[in-house]
Amino acid sequence: MSTIVEKIFAEHSKDRVEPGEIVWIDLDVRTARDFGGPNVVKHLMEHYEGDYLEDPEKTYFTFDLSVPAKTIKYAINQQVCRRFAKETGMGIFDVDAGIGTHVLLEKGIVRPGSTAVGTDSHYNILGAIGAFGQGMGDKDIAFAFKTGKTWFEVPESMKITVEGKYDWPASARDLTFAVMKEIGSSGMLGKAADYYGDAIDNLSLDGRITLASQTTEMGGIIAFIPPNKEVLSFVEERTGQPQKGIYPDKDATYSEEVHIDVEGLEPLVAAPPKPTNVKPVSELEGMEIDSVFIGSCTNGRYEDMLAAARVLKGNKVKEGVNLRITPSTKEVWARVIKEGLIDIFLKAGAVVLTNPGCGGCAEGMPGLVGKDEVELSTTNRNYPGKQGPGKIYLVSPATAAASAVKGYLTSAKEVMQ
Amino acid sequence: MRPTKLKGRMWLITDPEGNRFDDIDTDMIFHNKWLYITDINEMGEYAFGNTPGWEDFPGKAKEGDILVVGRNFGAGSSRQQAVDCFRALGIQAIIGESFGAIYKRNVINSGMPLIEAPDIFESGMKSGDLVEIDLENGEVKKDGEVVFRARPMSKVQMDIYQAGDLFEYGKMLK
Repeated sequence: MSTIVEKIFAEHSKDRVEPGEIVWIDLDVRTARDFGGPNVVKHLMEHYEGDYLEDPEKTYFTFDLSVPAKTIKYAINQQVCRRFAKETGMGIFDVDAGIGTHVLLEKGIVRPGSTAVGTDSHYNILGAIGAFGQGMGDKDIAFAFKTGKTWFEVPESMKITVEGKYDWPASARDLTFAVMKEIGSSGMLGKAADYYGDAIDNLSLDGRITLASQTTEMGGIIAFIPPNKEVLSFVEERTGQPQKGIYPDKDATYSEEVHIDVEGLEPLVAAPPKPTNVKPVSELEGMEIDSVFIGSCTNGRYEDMLAAARVLKGNKVKEGVNLRITPSTKEVWARVIKEGLIDIFLKAGAVVLTNPGCGGCAEGMPGLVGKDEVELSTTNRNYPGKQGPGKIYLVSPATAAASAVKGYLTSAKEVMQ
Repeated sequence: MRPTKLKGRMWLITDPEGNRFDDIDTDMIFHNKWLYITDINEMGEYAFGNTPGWEDFPGKAKEGDILVVGRNFGAGSSRQQAVDCFRALGIQAIIGESFGAIYKRNVINSGMPLIEAPDIFESGMKSGDLVEIDLENGEVKKDGEVVFRARPMSKVQMDIYQAGDLFEYGKMLK
């Protein structure tokens, strides 16, 4: 019987859904960012004569890369998109909104079982609520804007079971590192996955977003986290509609099964040059650092802000180290202010950026790293040169905050009494 | 019909030690600092701009050349520019041991031949070799001899290639 990807495709396609088959699927949502967006507009104008959108109500721009535009080129690109949105009546989340995929979740635009595509390789983050999300290039997205459809080769699915209990300061990010260490950079290449196990069931929505955001770094197309009660009530509240959720059949067919034990999990770190180059923090404990970034689609949720605040409360960032924090969306940002986290951050000496968005991954909206600089970051990629010529080590928000206080890589246990 | 047998000079993309170069991500191919570029004619000069040992590739590539790449090529972002920068240089086809999922779609949709060839780095071919690839049966020939058997292109791939690109293919479906 069916895995989650097979169920969603079957509900959105007239074709026979079986691994390896090419199917055409209907798309519930299609979006483009300020990156990719202007190229999508260009393709539409070049290849079609008017009537550019199959359904403007299902089509959005989400600006989250250069927000607000920091170069003239980006200003022009965003202007191209704004004008196109105005002419066609499609939706737009402008430079104030935050990371597009997170905004889709917050605004109730996607639900478990939805199909959505956009110009963001972390679009499969929507697997966090059991929706099919897929990052695509600007040609694919232009075609999706125009037709409301896309072609897909039905992927095989892996069954990934994660079990065990762990305590603070280990977090969903550390669980995610444990999964990545096991699967590797291409272990999920071209495949889908369904997650199982008590450690997955216990993840909050924010934790699920963290785990789902790293599917691409394992080569995966999409990895689904079957929704629990918290996720269903969140989606019900945001969509205003009752939700059934989506779950694999008991006898679903998987190409491969992986078991991961996270009992007693310790804080982990991904050293350059790959996000799957995972080691215990204790192994690199004491490594001096120059800067720290907390944010991104992986760890820019309120829970992540709270984890950082918990460590920073009553502490000061080490002199010579700069700590930058970027909430993922306006909603998260507003809560950071309302709940008083902002005061903790400011007293600790952090730089808190005023605009939510993709943060460090977006060519240094909140700053880049210089040559030979070492940065701890909660972003999702540490490939060479991505965030400047320095070295990027990926960590959880708690580890990032604790290390900012000490001036060297360390676990939050060493900072909190 | 577009040709299903392609001839060209091969570039074997190796790491600084001369080994198969795996996990080359889209920021190594086309760095995020150039993402604002929307004109394909401006993209070529940045191809491989952040890939150690290949920064000078745009000056060396010739129209009709064929890339041979390692595993998980094009991992990372969804940027079409990481494909279009090679098209801008006149690269004719990309042969690889495996590809990032989004990258693979982006190549296919642009109408550029993409050949999956697990273990092609074991075949003994080297940069500069003149090869002929048969898109229909996956055969790679050098001096008329079959030196490697890759996977043939899938039906949807061939259909998009023959139509020109995804947009032209889409028009034929209606």
